[in-house]
Amino acid sequence: MAIATTTSPSHHEEHKDLRVWGLLTFLISESLMFGGFFATYLFFRGSNEVWPPEGTEVELLVPTINTIILVSSSFVIHFGDTAIKKNNVKGMRFWYILTALMGAIFLAGQVYEYMTLGYGLTTNVFANCFYLMTGFHGLHVFVGLLLILGVLWRSRLPGHYSATKHTGIEMAEIYWHFVDIIWIILFTLLYILTLF
Amino acid sequence: MTLEIPRNQPPGKEATIVVSGTTHHHPEAWKWYHYFTFNVDHKVIGIQYLVTAFLFYLIGGLMAVAMRAELATPDADLLDPNLYNAFMTNHGTIMIFLWIVPSAIGGFGNFLVPLMVGARDMAFPKLNAIAFWLNPPAGLLILASFFFGGSQSGWTAYPPLSLVTAPIAQSLWILAIVLVGTSSILGSLNFVVTILFMKVPSMKWDQLPLFCWAILATSVLALLSTPVLAAGLVLLLFDLNFGTSFFKPDAGGNVVIYQHLFWFYSHPAVYLMILPIFGIMSEVIPVHARKPIFGYKAIAYSSLAICVVGLFVWVHHMFTSGTPGWMRMFFTISTLIVAVPTGVKIFGWVATLWGGKIRFTSAMLFAIGLLMMFVMGGLSGVTMGTAPFDVHVHDTYYVVAHFHYVLFGGSVFGIYAGIYHWFPKITGRMMNETLGRIHFILTFIGTNLTFLPMHELGLQGMPRRVAMYDPQFTHLNEICTIGAYILGISVIPFTINALWSWIGGKQAGDNPWNALTLEWTTSSPPAIENWEVLPVVSHGPYEYGHDVQPLAATEAST
Repeated sequence: MAIATTTSPSHHEEHKDLRVWGLLTFLISESLMFGGFFATYLFFRGSNEVWPPEGTEVELLVPTINTIILVSSSFVIHFGDTAIKKNNVKGMRFWYILTALMGAIFLAGQVYEYMTLGYGLTTNVFANCFYLMTGFHGLHVFVGLLLILGVLWRSRLPGHYSATKHTGIEMAEIYWHFVDIIWIILFTLLYILTLF
Repeated sequence: MTLEIPRNQPPGKEATIVVSGTTHHHPEAWKWYHYFTFNVDHKVIGIQYLVTAFLFYLIGGLMAVAMRAELATPDADLLDPNLYNAFMTNHGTIMIFLWIVPSAIGGFGNFLVPLMVGARDMAFPKLNAIAFWLNPPAGLLILASFFFGGSQSGWTAYPPLSLVTAPIAQSLWILAIVLVGTSSILGSLNFVVTILFMKVPSMKWDQLPLFCWAILATSVLALLSTPVLAAGLVLLLFDLNFGTSFFKPDAGGNVVIYQHLFWFYSHPAVYLMILPIFGIMSEVIPVHARKPIFGYKAIAYSSLAICVVGLFVWVHHMFTSGTPGWMRMFFTISTLIVAVPTGVKIFGWVATLWGGKIRFTSAMLFAIGLLMMFVMGGLSGVTMGTAPFDVHVHDTYYVVAHFHYVLFGGSVFGIYAGIYHWFPKITGRMMNETLGRIHFILTFIGTNLTFLPMHELGLQGMPRRVAMYDPQFTHLNEICTIGAYILGISVIPFTINALWSWIGGKQAGDNPWNALTLEWTTSSPPAIENWEVLPVVSHGPYEYGHDVQPLAATEAST
């Protein structure tokens, strides 16, 4: 085993910033958790004659508005990412604040929906699945919101983010896209499939 | 390592990111009390994992001995049946989630992977510390559940049984498993990123030690399966405490869904417990047989093959749960296919031993013992993987015999082999070979004496998980119990050996076994940043026999 002895021992070499890879790996894992919920839901859907069961009529208006808001927020957050790559911190802040607002509106819409629905957590198996899946997704939206707020909080520091240094911003964006993708599948399963 | 981000830079001026240990001052070497803190050094975390896991091993072992003492007679005369059930459940839980998985993946993985790939630490040191510190609370929750009667539905926690016995204890149990599951996911993503991106630049993919291949496969498997168990356990938790009815058949639920969610994780979990051990075997055998590993690529890729196929075999645990015929057929076939990559490894090791200059050190003894036991366990596994046979032996002691052969004769032997092999590197001191041999003989005899009769018991129809049994099984159960006592005693020489050697063993030197992988190029115990200067890889990890150096003076005579 040859050991080079050219560099000084006090110096430590840098390694690439791997945080984005870590996050991607984690999100793959997370999506499998939702996969478990989806599989459970589809199993119940397949094994029941009437789905959703009598007495659980799914509202579609508020969730559809919510979906449009959340899906468009994915584009909005991407504009923020584009801005920071041009070293435009102000622009990034604008788009991220907009995303945070959209996320907050989505969560408020979820809460409103919970309050006005005609069924509760324990009504039947469909309601169980519905509340658990949307609840877990809502938790993830909340976490994504916290990440975005964290980015905004840090961007107050001059020079904290720049065109060459914006890993945190990218990670918040990736997480937000993940939440969005999960929601699209969830919306398809829980809302659109009940029409058929 | 910390990521130092200089603050208050004028905009436009690029800040430099310094990933280093120079910005925070750490001591020359870790003191004993550093091991009780939230330390982020991968070697400290590895030792923390190993020691905590070993303590849980002793607790789980005591439960096992109590159970065997109970089973020495047909009647439930020693333990209350409920307590027996609690012991049975928590013995399984502790041994799987708090001993084998943390020590094999967390302990050896954390200690060795950065050293083997030539990194100064894991990719995310703080995350690593978080992953470890989720384990002790989980253990405390498991132990605390005994104050509420202990969870009594087996380590599988099938509903509806788990919904009607000891609800508080069951909830604590679920929380504990979710904690260790989270720990497993965080640790695994760390391993994946470390192995993929942190290799020292001079190391090619075919120079990566096989242990790292095994840990890579393990981590991918853990990442893909653990969250599904978390989902299932969350549903169970809601059923227990919040009035939902996912698994309550009288309210439209379905218990088989839980079994699917559970086994989608828990079958891969057995591969999580054995793949790192395969990695340890691939490291130990070439070193002590002084021969290049036979079929490096085959062994590396068979780890990945086990990882992929292992995700598609989970229903073989549920052949008797009313699964349809096509499912039984598909999962029988896929289960038998897993035996192929496993066989590739076994033959690779046997071929490595063939014609080698074998040194019968304690590590090697355990590795050879493992070979024998694991093949036996694997063969009984093939029989049970076939649905027609499984229908007859399902939930009998045949199953218990099978998985104890692969988990004790496989995983625990592998962990022992790993400890004997890397103890000099971890502590800088040699273990005592005489005590090691006593330990091996006791363990080997004890294991076979305990678990071999169980095959016969199972074939005769003795059900598992019950405190009382038909008197006709008494004689074989007595033999099993004697074996269990021997196993209980066998831990004593090992513990004495480990503690004694750690304090006052012979100095080991950097490379007592004359091994070629990178972890042996640094001092023992390794310096805090692992190397003064990162090593340059100039040869493969297993090129033994070309230029055998004289054996180290510390090595035991054989």
